Amino acid sequence: MSYDRLTHPLVREDGVLREATWDEALDRAAEGFRRAVERHGPDTFAMLSCARSTNEMNYIGQKFTRVVMGTNNVDSCNRTCHAPSVAGLSAVFGSGGGTSSYQEVEDTDVIVMWGSAARNAHPIFFHHVLKGIHKGARMFAVDPRRTGTAQWADRWLGLNVGTDIPLAHAVAREIIHAGLHNKAFIERATAGFEEFAASVEPWTLTAAEQVTGVPAEAIKELAHAYARADRAQLCWTLGITEHHNATDNVRALINLSLLTGHVGRYGSGLSPLRGQNNVQGGGDMGAIPNRLPGFQDILDPTVRRRFESAWNIGIQPKYGLNLTQMLEAMAEGEVTTCYLIGENPVQSEADSLACVKRLSMLDHLVVQDIFLTKTAQMADVVLPASAAWCESDGTFTNSERRVQRVRKALDPPGEARDDIWIMCELARRLGHDWHYDGAEEVWNELRALSPAHAGMTYQRLADLQGIQWPCPSEDSVEPPYLHGRLWESDPVKRGTPAPFAVLRHSPPVDLLDEEYPLRLTTGRRLDSYNTGVQSSGFASPLRRGETIELCPEDASRLGLAAGEEVRITSRRGSVVAPVFIDPALRPGLVFMTMHFPDEVDTNALTIEATCPIAGTAEFKAAAVRVEKLVAVG
Amino acid sequence: MIPLQPPRRLIDVEIDGEAVRVPEGATLLDACATAGKDIPTLCHGDTLTPKNACRVCVVEVEGARTLAPACSRKAEAGMKVATGTERARHSRKVVLELLASSTDLSTTPRAKEWMAEYGADPARFGEDAATVEQPPKVDNDLYVRDYGKCILCYKCVDACGEQWQNSFAISVAGRGFDATISTEWDAALTDSACVYCGNCVEVCPTGALSFKTEFDMRAEGTWDEDRQSETTTICSYCGVGCNLTLHVQDNKIVKVTSPHDNPVTHGNLCVKGRFGYGYV
Amino acid sequence: MDLRFRDAQPTDEERAAVDALLGPPATAWDGGDRTAADLRFAARAEPARDLLLPALHAVNDRVGWISEGALDYICRRLTVPPAEAYGVASFYSLFSLSERPASVLHVCTDLACHAQGASEVRQAVADRLGPPGTSWQESPCLGLCERAPACLTLTAGDPPSAAVDAPYSGGQGGEPPVAAAVPQAGQDGLVLLRRVGVVDPLSLDDYRAQGGYQALRRAFQLGPTGVIREVTESGLVGRGGAAFPTGRKWEATARQPDHPHYLVCNADESEPGTFKDRVIMEGDPYALIEAMTVAAYATGCAKGYLYIRGEYPRARHALENAMATARARGLLGADILGQGFSFDIELRRGAGAYICGEETAIFNSIEGQRGEPRSKPPFPVEKGLFGKPTVVNNVETLVNVLPILERGAQAYRDAEPKLFCVSGNIVKPGVYELPFGATLRELLDLAGPTGTVRAVLLGGAAGAFVTDLDIPLTFEGTRQAGATLGSGVVLVLGDDVDLKAILLRIAEFFRDESCGQCVPCRVGTVRQEEALHRLSRRVDHSDLVLLREVGQTMRDASICGLGQTAWNAVESAIDRLGVFK
Repeated sequence: MSYDRLTHPLVREDGVLREATWDEALDRAAEGFRRAVERHGPDTFAMLSCARSTNEMNYIGQKFTRVVMGTNNVDSCNRTCHAPSVAGLSAVFGSGGGTSSYQEVEDTDVIVMWGSAARNAHPIFFHHVLKGIHKGARMFAVDPRRTGTAQWADRWLGLNVGTDIPLAHAVAREIIHAGLHNKAFIERATAGFEEFAASVEPWTLTAAEQVTGVPAEAIKELAHAYARADRAQLCWTLGITEHHNATDNVRALINLSLLTGHVGRYGSGLSPLRGQNNVQGGGDMGAIPNRLPGFQDILDPTVRRRFESAWNIGIQPKYGLNLTQMLEAMAEGEVTTCYLIGENPVQSEADSLACVKRLSMLDHLVVQDIFLTKTAQMADVVLPASAAWCESDGTFTNSERRVQRVRKALDPPGEARDDIWIMCELARRLGHDWHYDGAEEVWNELRALSPAHAGMTYQRLADLQGIQWPCPSEDSVEPPYLHGRLWESDPVKRGTPAPFAVLRHSPPVDLLDEEYPLRLTTGRRLDSYNTGVQSSGFASPLRRGETIELCPEDASRLGLAAGEEVRITSRRGSVVAPVFIDPALRPGLVFMTMHFPDEVDTNALTIEATCPIAGTAEFKAAAVRVEKLVAVG
Repeated sequence: MIPLQPPRRLIDVEIDGEAVRVPEGATLLDACATAGKDIPTLCHGDTLTPKNACRVCVVEVEGARTLAPACSRKAEAGMKVATGTERARHSRKVVLELLASSTDLSTTPRAKEWMAEYGADPARFGEDAATVEQPPKVDNDLYVRDYGKCILCYKCVDACGEQWQNSFAISVAGRGFDATISTEWDAALTDSACVYCGNCVEVCPTGALSFKTEFDMRAEGTWDEDRQSETTTICSYCGVGCNLTLHVQDNKIVKVTSPHDNPVTHGNLCVKGRFGYGYV
Repeated sequence: MDLRFRDAQPTDEERAAVDALLGPPATAWDGGDRTAADLRFAARAEPARDLLLPALHAVNDRVGWISEGALDYICRRLTVPPAEAYGVASFYSLFSLSERPASVLHVCTDLACHAQGASEVRQAVADRLGPPGTSWQESPCLGLCERAPACLTLTAGDPPSAAVDAPYSGGQGGEPPVAAAVPQAGQDGLVLLRRVGVVDPLSLDDYRAQGGYQALRRAFQLGPTGVIREVTESGLVGRGGAAFPTGRKWEATARQPDHPHYLVCNADESEPGTFKDRVIMEGDPYALIEAMTVAAYATGCAKGYLYIRGEYPRARHALENAMATARARGLLGADILGQGFSFDIELRRGAGAYICGEETAIFNSIEGQRGEPRSKPPFPVEKGLFGKPTVVNNVETLVNVLPILERGAQAYRDAEPKLFCVSGNIVKPGVYELPFGATLRELLDLAGPTGTVRAVLLGGAAGAFVTDLDIPLTFEGTRQAGATLGSGVVLVLGDDVDLKAILLRIAEFFRDESCGQCVPCRVGTVRQEEALHRLSRRVDHSDLVLLREVGQTMRDASICGLGQTAWNAVESAIDRLGVFK
């Protein structure tokens, strides 16, 4: 189905949403926030900020949370996809961004695409990969499915779902045993190698083959190719991060880069690919519970003081709640009011039924969106927003940390308004007389507070077609890669060594057994996007609705024909979908997307086993069974 | 360290008697541009390797037996190039006549202007002159292939193929005047390897490939580029950060292109970025 | 590559034909059965795009046409996108992409046959088999001009077969020995033709007994630079039409730092009226193999491609035999003659495309691309086959190298031999060898015109008509006469030949054979044919102007020699023969 744009504010009256004036809706929204804070303190408020909106909106969103509401409970949906990358990278390097730029993928020698179906999920990034391949780079694809990406690979390694750590460990062990690790780099720029080396010792090629299903020889080849390359890029996406131990997965990959010195140099680096247009920017702007704008740690008193004096308030010296914790806190009655901007957790969260239940326990829910999503339908106040990318001015930050200008091309429909205008109106009603003369003013305020963005004037962003952070000065541009410091000979310049992580393999939580014998993994298709709210609005000839994809062998074993509707059942729920036979899968492995939640709610099947560090859910591994529907009549 | 491109040697050429200095590897077209000469081009694309198929850009290089395509011929030190000789102008005129007599150039930018400039008279081949006229192929809701307007410049094939998209949904099939741009077995796009990125439409120089919105609006008579604004912004789908240029008429997006010099996209998009704007 | 296939399946026979060429598929991902190992690991297939044309031949040879299932299977085996394979398959006229009978009769309607009654043959065949279509088709020159009018039947099967019927007898006569094509066969003083009709073309021993492999021995004595010096000093220029000095080409290739170097022998003899290469390959195949070995030695090539046109089954058979026996005797392959030099030849078959005789189109054809010419520069010596330095030589050019080495550059120079393909209204048509400098009249005296000579077409469809019989048959002499020696075609047209029909046939030929890449040629050849049709009905000055303007543009602005020469013959007929006066 496709959605209509919201054109009027809505308020709930007698249980139903009705149109309202802006004044009435804003008053109602503000009043609910005030009531909650007055009764139980600022931490009863939580904001989900929009990873698809501009940096400027996210800056204002987090400022609203911290300044107007007085809490650090702000997060965004990157929780559901990329928080583990940020957590992993920042734990090792002190900064959560991908370390390389797209151009470097074209200029590298070995590209490892690990759990990344970029051919379909990030097609234009894959253009850069293809350039690299055509220029002679070897590409390795690590993915349970033989995806379009894998079909371009020099070597495809079809591992079992959730065995990334054993595979990475075996690669590491092989590199060490073959003497291919970069000893000088390890010595100078890293910490914890000995412990790490000891921890991977059990993962012989044979042991890894047994657990991952990948032939020992192929693991060895990957290890040698990656370690011996002059330049190598390690790229990953949701195949790494949508697991219950996602941050560990990320750390396992980072370990490989530390082991070989494939980070901090041109052409060598780590590239997590972002799932949404401004996931990177949302975090950079501080719309996460533990960081202030510029990705500055909230626990750092110096940083805090700077913001406190600029904003003229006090900031709580503690991390706020992340999305997962917010949902739990709703269940506990600790969070009672929520301001959701452009987020649709009812359909995007794993175990969607549980999410509905929790949101329904809120005292006051305000949703600001461009559509009346399933989540918005639960709200007390619905505020119609503009579509950031074409109805607002501002900036987005992409996966290579490039901040680029977003420009208003259209007027929003009906009474829909710009996000920043809406938040300023709410702030005004809550006693903060905010006024911004356009997005550039917001941006300049941010630039004054975030050293990483200080040199990025709107003019320069336009002139240089975007600038990658960090950009501390208006007079220069930094190298396109991060952490060059690790290669400095002066230990002071080199800074904090990058720590190896000692990790443990933890198989998917949802175990396979006789009742649920199939491993369900999820992903994206080329023409669709997330919960399909945006992408359903055009007539893609490629779209074929939700299906359960299985391999020819499983289909024939279960007696299923293409197109036949079947029941898919997990320990949490059950859905019906037609069969699609895909030779890219192997026996025991089935695949669904989450693009068509209104027809098939795939997330009724997925498990809410979350990463304790980053809070992401294990979308990539559920246990299911597939059954023929019994013919009626 | 960021590896620097090796410095490019500069070479001197002469364009219509005027000395011009260009970096080694530059084409004659680059050199002509430096000298301020406006050479017509059709099959040349700023994001593609020159195919030099249309031959409308031919110039005269001193000492050469035949004319040289400016778009692909590399400038060599000491080359003397004449852009406006009788011979070069004659070839341009006839090439325009050959094209215009066989192909519908009504939506080819600047075609009219060049025809006037070179005195091309395509009608002189008579009414029975063979053409590539055929009904447009409308087999999906996103873009239309009107091969009656196709000059066989190969740009769509190159954009779909190894140079950008690597989907290889189309190729040139057949031979000679009967050659066409075709999917395998001339299958409908919906039954081909097409992924609807529209990167072929982006490079089409004649309007043979056009977005369905534009095709329909032209048919209705509502397409009006004078009333359109172009705004470059960033795509709202994945995190790659592709630059989109929105062509807006009456507060509606009617076409999406991408800046060719953009370091992220180089003028390319995917199906979502190119067509997924329907929801706004 | 993430290729997308429609769901067409090959028949068992189609699969077997492809597997016979490529071997069985290694994995499920390139067309084999799915194994557990395939679902855990896959390696990118080695690039094998250059096997596309052989694979298409394999299916076409076995089944007679190429179905979608067969094409898909080939694509899976070679990792080639189906749209591209379709583009390649549809480029060649010998392939059919729709079902047709196993046996197809090709009736030559080109110049020499036209002059010898091809229209009657055409009519007779049409009376018997109906209008041209699947079971028979009109063909451009089959290279059997000395036996015009000619037909060729190609029959698919395992093995496929070919039968020449020339002169046309309704399939009654067998093919005469190759000596029949050389009226001078056995005469003293022949250089290039001395073994043709004398030796058994299938016998290496016979070849050696007649002086074979002396030149290669001499080459090893001289060393690569010495060979190049001899060839340069001999003054040998290319016999394919462009007359570029062979020694310079070899030298330029030899000194290219980029490796490997490739040798391509252009045996795609398709210029209407040309059949000399066929006669050499049929009658003295080892000479070509030896000459290629010498060329490879001089230019530093380890691999050579012999690209022979698809319509030459007997020549192909002779060459395949020669290569196999030479290989068996250590004259081809590793460590040739114990000299530490390794070289081997792969025979590639064209599939009905005149343009593939163009020196860069031949590269694309070998590489499995559409046979479209490339832009020059870069020239082949720099970036040729597979983007590597490549020396391309025509068959006749190469076999000239043997006497150069055997006799020395000076002796060769003193009596440089040239082959001529004499056909048309002639008593003794065939390949003639004369020293450079002989006049056209001297040649015709040998061959004997059947009546009054109205005109002679020199150089084939891309050449020009002349009437002056005292032209010296040298590159310079013909150039001064506003003609070209081209590939050595001497097509004699008597008084009773309909010149307008000949011109139309030439125009039709270029229209058919234009690859379609550049506008001047793609559209220009069509406009030229249209204008000639109008002119043959009614002479109108404006059409003559139009022909001239289009012709000049084709000559000036086309990418390759095909378009550049497509107007030559017509122009000369208008100017010299006054056809449309």
